[in-house]
Amino acid sequence: MAAGEKPAGEALAGRHLARTPMAIAHARIDRLFGWLTQGIAALVLALLAGIIVSLVVSAWPSIERFGFDFLTSTEWNPPKERFGALVPAYGTLVTSIIALVIAVPVSFGIALFLTELSPVWLKRPLGTAIELLAAIPSIVYGMWGLLVFSPLFGEYAQPWLAATLGRLPLIGGLFSGPPIGIGLLCAGIILAIMIIPFIASVMRDVFELTPPLLKESAYGLGATTWEVMSGVVLPYTRAGVVGGIMLGLGRALGETMAVTFVIGNTNMLQNFSLFQSGNSITSALANEFAEASPGLHTAALIELGLILFVITLLVLAASKAMLARMARSEGAAA
Amino acid sequence: MNIRLRRRMVNVLALSASLAAMAFGLAWLVSILWNVISLGIGGISVSLFTLETPPPGASGGLGNAIVGSVIMVGLATLIGTPIGILAGIYLAEYGRRSWLGSVTRFVNDMLLSAPSIVIGLFVYAIVVARFGGFSGWAGVLALTLLLLPVVVRTTENMLLLVPNSLREAAIALGAPRYRVISGVTLRAARAGVITGVLLALARISGETAPLLFTSLSNQFWSFKMSEPMANLPVTIFKFAMSPFEDWQRLAWAGVFLITLGVLLLNILARTLFKDELK
Repeated sequence: MAAGEKPAGEALAGRHLARTPMAIAHARIDRLFGWLTQGIAALVLALLAGIIVSLVVSAWPSIERFGFDFLTSTEWNPPKERFGALVPAYGTLVTSIIALVIAVPVSFGIALFLTELSPVWLKRPLGTAIELLAAIPSIVYGMWGLLVFSPLFGEYAQPWLAATLGRLPLIGGLFSGPPIGIGLLCAGIILAIMIIPFIASVMRDVFELTPPLLKESAYGLGATTWEVMSGVVLPYTRAGVVGGIMLGLGRALGETMAVTFVIGNTNMLQNFSLFQSGNSITSALANEFAEASPGLHTAALIELGLILFVITLLVLAASKAMLARMARSEGAAA
Repeated sequence: MNIRLRRRMVNVLALSASLAAMAFGLAWLVSILWNVISLGIGGISVSLFTLETPPPGASGGLGNAIVGSVIMVGLATLIGTPIGILAGIYLAEYGRRSWLGSVTRFVNDMLLSAPSIVIGLFVYAIVVARFGGFSGWAGVLALTLLLLPVVVRTTENMLLLVPNSLREAAIALGAPRYRVISGVTLRAARAGVITGVLLALARISGETAPLLFTSLSNQFWSFKMSEPMANLPVTIFKFAMSPFEDWQRLAWAGVFLITLGVLLLNILARTLFKDELK
């Protein structure tokens, strides 16, 4: 700590104080405190690198053995030590798509209601209620989904879906098979309920960023509420809306407990029906990992986790980029 | 068709759909809460808190799981909070424009939404696989890693809300930087930071996935942190997936406790924050 290297500000401010022991002690503590916070911030950074490195190292036996075939093989056979990721990857993808198909329009409706329709005194309580939906732990959704929702779903909704959508040409195959409640479709619906609050609150926040002047101009020209929404607010906030959807997708891809309860946990796929049981990356991990034999089985499961982590990171990074773009254009407009 | 009529009809349709969406969202909340309360409240009794988890068919409670959860969540909060606050201070007070600041902020946001099960895998790989098996400490570490990004994020955001004039006034009085931060800015942002810690606490107390292969679970009272430790979420998972009715009843009681705790923490955090902001 050479005395000659003091920052300019400190040298100026401390002109009369610099030599008192008190001031020297303060300066020393100050520097230590700065380093401490910096070091800990760097620790957070190192954490991400640490996660990726440790997962790659632990998954290496499987990566080395199966290479690229891991992604294309449907076989998951622990006794024979043959592992392929296609079935769980398919489950993760399909359930997340179902979740988005349901959650996006509903979240949009909720955000529209909260920003344009709701009386002012109701905005806060309703917004809080939707956010509480996000606070409920996923195990509660899972247990509720398995013991309450899926029996009702299998008894009433699935036969109805099979009798209506199941009759249609092209997509009919998706809604066929025995209505057993649990399965890919049920998991997708539970996921949708879980990600609605995330998407809805991002959408609400970005909708509120629209400058009132733009909206008022459109209203002044005689536009209806819906026209203001679809013609002014939505184009203005497009990047933010996409960012919110990506955030929801990130959540859906990585959700574990709720899916594990209701997806059925089988590593086979007979057809493309959404009624059948399946497996997702997360549910395969939750079910098998603690009991997996060390060696290839564990490594293959960790590789699944690694794939999931990389995909969610990409989705979340895209989401963040979109939201940052939204914030920038907002800054430029203001 | 008359264009004015058509525009008005489209508007009414869209707005009704929006109302329906709101009702749809609320219906799930009400339905889940109703089921959790009606199925869980019957299981609440003194023995739920005092007896250990039973084998199927016998009577028992969730005492060991509740205590285990409280210990692990408490330790994770004690360890994670100071670290998170210090990192948040760096982001808001020192590294606003530095590259380390922006990269850390980005990474922290990634970790905030990263799948919690992957955190479990990470802790498994670096602790469980290396240091001889499942343990309470591994569970604490996993929960700490989940709590950390939430605390970092809220601390930073709350410090950024403190007006710069406060910092400048304190510096002008000759206060050293660490005093400015600890005595002025952090103090001004206190309510917000506590809110963040409470929300993080709420988040980790329901987390199941990262505990599945770190602390595992334990059928008996367990106070040794170096051994598999009982905890509420994993116990609920095991009991709810089982075909035994008495286990499922205990699981509903456990779910009721967790939901109640998490929602109370959330509401407490919100009211605290709202009051202090005034």
